[in-house]
Amino acid sequence: MDVGNPWLNIGIFLVFVAVTLVIVVRVSRTTRSVGDFYHGGRGFSGRQNGIAIAGDYLSAASFLGIVGAVALYGYDGLLYSVGFLVAWLVALLLVAEPLRNTGKYTMADVLSFRMRQRPVRTAAATSTLAITFFYLLAQMAGAGALVSLLLGVDSRAGQSFVIAVVGALMILYVMIGGMKGTTWVQIIKAVLLIAAVGVMTVWIMAANGFNLSAVLGRAVDAHPDGEAILEPMLQYGVSDTTKIGFVSLAVALVFGAAGLPHVLMRFYTVPSAKEARRSVVWAIALIGFFYLCTLVLGYAATYLVGADTIRNAPGGSNAAAPALAYELGGTLLLGIVAAVAFATILAVVAGLTITASASFAHDVYNGVLKHGKASPEKEVKVARRTAVVIGAISIVGGILAAEQNVAFLVSLAFAIAASANLPSILYSLYWKRFNTRGSTWSIYGGLLSALVLITFSPVVSGSETAMIPGADFAWFPLTNPAIISVPLGFFLGWLGTITSGEHDDVKHAEMEVRSMTGAGAERAVTH
Amino acid sequence: MTQPDPQDRPPGGDARPGLTTGLRQPTAAELRAVQASEDFGRLRRSFRVFAFPMTAAFFVWYLSYVLLSTYAGDLLSVDVVGNLNIGLLFGLAQFATTFLITWLYIRHANRSLDPIAGRLRTELEGDE
Repeated sequence: MDVGNPWLNIGIFLVFVAVTLVIVVRVSRTTRSVGDFYHGGRGFSGRQNGIAIAGDYLSAASFLGIVGAVALYGYDGLLYSVGFLVAWLVALLLVAEPLRNTGKYTMADVLSFRMRQRPVRTAAATSTLAITFFYLLAQMAGAGALVSLLLGVDSRAGQSFVIAVVGALMILYVMIGGMKGTTWVQIIKAVLLIAAVGVMTVWIMAANGFNLSAVLGRAVDAHPDGEAILEPMLQYGVSDTTKIGFVSLAVALVFGAAGLPHVLMRFYTVPSAKEARRSVVWAIALIGFFYLCTLVLGYAATYLVGADTIRNAPGGSNAAAPALAYELGGTLLLGIVAAVAFATILAVVAGLTITASASFAHDVYNGVLKHGKASPEKEVKVARRTAVVIGAISIVGGILAAEQNVAFLVSLAFAIAASANLPSILYSLYWKRFNTRGSTWSIYGGLLSALVLITFSPVVSGSETAMIPGADFAWFPLTNPAIISVPLGFFLGWLGTITSGEHDDVKHAEMEVRSMTGAGAERAVTH
Repeated sequence: MTQPDPQDRPPGGDARPGLTTGLRQPTAAELRAVQASEDFGRLRRSFRVFAFPMTAAFFVWYLSYVLLSTYAGDLLSVDVVGNLNIGLLFGLAQFATTFLITWLYIRHANRSLDPIAGRLRTELEGDE
């Protein structure tokens, strides 16, 4: 497969880096206080934040992965993307607004609002760090895969070098720009990504008389499996186990999105709950549009590039979108798509880093170690240092995980978010009786069960595609733990609560009234 | 889909960037009194009566798409229009319902939730 001109790809990407760096430096002139670093002064509008959420959410895994999945397996790629979209209704209906009204900087602010601070903050920070770690690994591994695909760099050293550059850039963005700079990187990236995808989709639809059925027909004619690409279970229907595994993945997706810490933290960047609601509306519109486009792009890649060509390309199914761009618009469009894919990784990674460093500095350092008495300046200093450490860890992790399946790492992060975070977020917002023990049991129970089940699944050992292909200690048959671990997280939250007598009526009244009305919530800050 | 109107600010006009947290923080007793008030009861009921059943409905709707796709492939493979079969239309319908539920919620929040929430907030924080 032709990768176009690697230097052009790199050049367009460097232009993106240069432009965003200038913007980050400019907006960071007003980043002074603690709040500025964490939430950018809460001055973003709902529309800006909604675009940034789309930028955070539409990772390279969903762009390259879903186009590739549709190109190779058709229907099952659509099935996968629908879960990513409908999940946003949980955020819209149940989470975004009360979260904005009750929290300050992190998810733990909300979870610990009416609980004993230290145990709940520790638990919430643990799951936040675990989720961001796996999500970061996925993005860094994705960067490595992109390098070999788009820059023609196949050597391990070359890939490691690019991962290190991505990590260093991300540290720079976060250190200089804080949340404000990171948000602008995400906005720019989201606009580029959605515009690129939209233009390609209109191009393909125009070539087929805006008739979706015609696109499908050409894909069927070109694909070796024919009609089967319009029917379910070409990818997930191998056996009964893979079918249940898919249902489990669907559960992880629908409950995971509203539990992802880097998405939750974005709701603090707007001045009010109403703007948080608008953020989700914009995010749903953009994400929905994006996934509709990926369906068209995937089927178009089937007939323009060919399923076998994609399968045999370096990077496999991830090559479908770039190869399609090359077929449509030659070297230049491929260069743009390649640069957008890199920009995507950079923006998502920066968002994850700021979330993890905020959680460590605000929850672990200040909340737990310093009993909430550390000065704001000291807290931000710790946050910045943490960002460097996390950057370094993710560079090393990314280099080690370079061969791992990106989609699997992302689905694991979603499974943990769905099992460890969402039950306790929903309980603490809507269940009066919920208390400290319920919260910690639910978080640790969901987190541990997800991790244990994954460790003993065919993903880690006992199959040809496993992380450790030589060993076999797998006893859990499914590739995604959510179908067990999510109900377990909800159950443990209930069990822990009813076995503990603790309950704080005063705090509950405060939390409920604040979450519903927004009274006492921080507004935007100016300088 | 309705797009947010940037001119339309929340009640009280307190969402303009530029306003700091100079507002009075309500006391615990005031918050408890509001929680027990009739207005707040209406707000909570109005929110829950919409949000909870809607969440259940979209989840059942999505799960039926997932389960039918997984276990009733033959049914979903029946062509409806051209190459579009029941399954693909079902998938596209998931996008449509997501947009529809979003629109319904925005309308509900603007009409029924925001006025009460804004009134209670002003009551607690006092006028500027």
